[in-house]
Amino acid sequence: MTALVLLDHENGHIKKAALSAVTAAADLGEVHGLVVGDASVAQAAASIAGVTRVLHAQGAAYEHFLAEPLASLIVSLASQYDHIIAAANAVGRNVLPRVAALLDVQPIPDVVAVIEKDTFIRPIYAGNALATVRSTDAKKVLTIRGVAFDAAATQGGSATIENVADEKGTEADFSRFEAVHLTDSKRPDLEAARVVVSGGRGMQSEEKFHILDPLADILGAAIGASRAAVDAGFVSNECQIGQTGRIVAPELYMAFGISGAIQHLAGMKDSRVIVAVNKDPEAPIFQAADYGMVADLFDVVPQLVTALTKS
Amino acid sequence: MTEENINDSERESLIYDVVIVGGGPAGLAAAIRLRQLSSEISVCVIEKGSEIGAHIVSGAVIEPRALAELLPDWQKQGAPLETPVTTEEMFYLTPTGQMRIPMLDKVMPYLANHGNYVVSLGALCRWLATQAEALCVDIFPGFAGADVIIEKNRVVGIRTGDMGIGRDGKHKPDFQPGVDLRAHYTLFAEGCRGSLTKKIIAHYGLNQGADPQTYGLGIKEVWEIPAENHRPGLVQHSFGWPMDDRTYGGAWLYHFGKNLVSYGFVVGLDYTNPWLSPFEEMQRVKLHPVFRRSLERGRRIAYGARALSEGGLQCIPRLTFPGGALIGDSAGFLNVPKIKGTHTAMKSGMLAAEAVADAYATQRVEPATFTDRVRHSWLWQELHAVRNIRPAFARFGMRAGALYAALDTMVFKGRAPWTLHFRHADHETLRAASLCQKPFYPKPDGTLTFDRLSSVFLSATHHEEDQPVHLCLKSSSLWKTVNWDVFKAPETRYCPAGVYEVLDEEKAPTLHINAQNCVHCKTCDIKDPTQNITWTVPEGGNGPNYPVGM
Amino acid sequence: MKILVPVKRVVDFNIKPRVKSDGSGVETAGLKMSMNPFDEIAVEEAVRLREKGIASEVVVVSIGVQQAQETLRTAMAMGADRALLVLSEESPEPLAVAKVLMKLVEKEQPHLVILGKQAIDDDMNATGQMLAGLLGWAQATFVSKIEIAENRARVHREIDGGLEELSLKLPAVITADLRLNEPRYATLPNIMKAKKKPIETLNAADLGVDMMPRLQILSVAEPANKKACVLVESVSELVEKLRNEAKVL
Repeated sequence: MTALVLLDHENGHIKKAALSAVTAAADLGEVHGLVVGDASVAQAAASIAGVTRVLHAQGAAYEHFLAEPLASLIVSLASQYDHIIAAANAVGRNVLPRVAALLDVQPIPDVVAVIEKDTFIRPIYAGNALATVRSTDAKKVLTIRGVAFDAAATQGGSATIENVADEKGTEADFSRFEAVHLTDSKRPDLEAARVVVSGGRGMQSEEKFHILDPLADILGAAIGASRAAVDAGFVSNECQIGQTGRIVAPELYMAFGISGAIQHLAGMKDSRVIVAVNKDPEAPIFQAADYGMVADLFDVVPQLVTALTKS
Repeated sequence: MTEENINDSERESLIYDVVIVGGGPAGLAAAIRLRQLSSEISVCVIEKGSEIGAHIVSGAVIEPRALAELLPDWQKQGAPLETPVTTEEMFYLTPTGQMRIPMLDKVMPYLANHGNYVVSLGALCRWLATQAEALCVDIFPGFAGADVIIEKNRVVGIRTGDMGIGRDGKHKPDFQPGVDLRAHYTLFAEGCRGSLTKKIIAHYGLNQGADPQTYGLGIKEVWEIPAENHRPGLVQHSFGWPMDDRTYGGAWLYHFGKNLVSYGFVVGLDYTNPWLSPFEEMQRVKLHPVFRRSLERGRRIAYGARALSEGGLQCIPRLTFPGGALIGDSAGFLNVPKIKGTHTAMKSGMLAAEAVADAYATQRVEPATFTDRVRHSWLWQELHAVRNIRPAFARFGMRAGALYAALDTMVFKGRAPWTLHFRHADHETLRAASLCQKPFYPKPDGTLTFDRLSSVFLSATHHEEDQPVHLCLKSSSLWKTVNWDVFKAPETRYCPAGVYEVLDEEKAPTLHINAQNCVHCKTCDIKDPTQNITWTVPEGGNGPNYPVGM
Repeated sequence: MKILVPVKRVVDFNIKPRVKSDGSGVETAGLKMSMNPFDEIAVEEAVRLREKGIASEVVVVSIGVQQAQETLRTAMAMGADRALLVLSEESPEPLAVAKVLMKLVEKEQPHLVILGKQAIDDDMNATGQMLAGLLGWAQATFVSKIEIAENRARVHREIDGGLEELSLKLPAVITADLRLNEPRYATLPNIMKAKKKPIETLNAADLGVDMMPRLQILSVAEPANKKACVLVESVSELVEKLRNEAKVL
């Protein structure tokens, strides 16, 4: 059994979610990586622990991971593989279903656990239920949720690199890349952020809410808020996390002065690690949290900033 | 109220012969009866819930009498009356024990449930809606009646709410003005304390000569329990603990459907202790062995709440006005001692339909024969026989009230030569917080008992957040001097949805309204001590989304 | 230009779904069903393109049970011109849906297919991409802006950390993300008009598409309850735990 994992990258670095996909693939058998673009990335891919071969395709067509040429490339390589895998991120979600259609396979998106070579667990209904599904297709096409698997080590492997090409897929003029606009604020998007720092009514005022800014800066975090904080006018409603606001699932979610109304929990409960700081030991947020601290957030936040700056 | 000032060119109107406001049992029965009587009368029903049944909460054990009169082949047509009542028990509760009332059929004959069914009223309404649609009734869920149109002192229809108005009152890009639904006759079937009904009653003074209406708040949960514990058709009621002698209230528990249990609690809104929390009463009664038995190892799947009219006959206002009528619980046709209102609501809708068809044929403005039709129907007889029971509880307390009720029923057989009256409206009954004792409410255990917010979550209530707050506080200083200083914010306790919250209790207490949580029960509109809170309709389609089972 | 918009009937987004007690799936009986919210955005976009004079006709299609016609009526009340209902089992898989849609594209010859990026029930996020693959068309997923000019569509795609602008050769498949637009309310007069618009009913079997699911659902479970919260006493303890135990710093 061999799996092909699409290793997408940004600024010369293989994305962490793709490294998690390697870990998931390792449960299924031998792992080959596919890199499109710069040769240096293929080199980096060759040293990922657990990857035994790297397929490398070059060409301008792949520069922006456009779905049409990339899917065509993967399909041209698919015959040797039992599993075709990518991260469940903007690239993988865009490309792999197209690959699956061309292979006449029903894809399995957002896998959070591998049970058997053909059996996987994936969330449905926005994570309110987990379905265990078995694929009856000869090949399995999967995307992997990054938070569910540790990233593979970027060192320790010594894969061979093999050049591949797919002329057919790069000829047609389907879609053309025009531009990219990365969010220029230093704050990442709430939905895309690795860390979210969030405040509730306990923040007391619009002014005091800014106590979270330096903490968010250090952590490279997005800033969120509970409905109570938005209602009180501390922050704009774009920050609202909850059933009726944004739904986030970062690696780390830090809740300050948030009581944890169920509507709020619905918007963040899938975060990998939840930290709650609240004066009220009875606050429901502690039921959802992994780590809690019963304390005044106005003491804790500056201390956290100091502790994190030092290290 | 809108008085002949329609010059808004954006506003469209639709014309029907009859417009019915509210898709509950009364409104749907009226719609069906109208189309049965005449295929020439065009009828539409508007419903503020996102679908028919979305805002329906009821126990419910129903008596199929009115349904059989309306649709004699209801069984063949698959009406969702699937669980006949098999066993009935009434308990007087003490904190740890209970006494089962013997000879229930003699002491409380109005409670005899032989031939009745445990149903989901939401399911029944959905079914009635399909019957109505088959008769070419236009049903529009997701549209709220926001205003009554009155021209030359005649009701000529209603205006649906505008959509797409921001919290600041400004039009958003998706603004859509409401539509005028114009009709020869408009029937108000909004249920208890309807917001348009309230305007109509005030405009025409319909409640002159009637006792002030008294209300109850019913809070309900649906549970799914293990099959081995399920006894379909088991009907249980309780009174006594945890209510004190001055407070009317009790629990119900019905086994129905596929391993489902309906559990709920009703508190009379004439209660006096501002510390009382109907929600927490309903939670703690589940811990009593009588109810715990059924619910243990089950899981809660739905939650909802709704006020109901408890006053009975003495409180029913004048039923008709130029251009329409009040039907169902909008008028107050609930039979409280019987703990049933569906059959009376449906019957009142059917009788109103007959009166409207008659007025339509003879071109009269007011369907005035409705009142006479009610007086000569079993509906009247039934309500007349029990008219003294609820006021006796209000006047004599629970134990003496129960004795009186037995006397009135067994000796006078409901024909006592006097009628007891209600003296106070429910908003006048609270005593100062400092004079009352706080009840002890145990902390939710997360398996049998729960907190408010996780409960509200199960109601699946939803309100577009960027819209004006639909719970209007007329004066915040009045709130401070009366609600806070005297009663210590009773709204934070009686609201079963956690809408009301006091901020900054220590320094400068203010009332915060979480309108998004509202489950449209109307209790605040009823119980606020100075009538300082007015419940208005939010955007159509907002509010709870109760599943079949409620 | 004709636009085809596939729409799906799903459990309303306000309702928290409940796993059946036997673990065989999610309970949908008796729950309010609505149009998938992303599909509503797709319908809105198509109707706006017609209102701007760019599109000439908006055809909506739903694949599923008979009641899906209510969803189609809603789409027509929003402004779609006519509808196709392809009868099949409830909630067929994206592969089968894409194949049915391919047949309908052959029949209707649209220049553009706009769909929601994913259905909120099975969260597959696949149908649009698969349809584009089967048709050999250009695709753009997670789109938050569409401009049509000179037989190309210029779109904004939401990607990790920002926006990407693409120019697609038409015909193409576009999937709608949340920020593409705010769908309009269906007004009463438009609901009345929608009752008179035509719905053509077809059978999936008659289209010659194999609807057999490729995935077997072995079980459905609620996510496990989180383990109890670890209470920490100090900031330094918190940082230590986040760094060494949770490994998130």
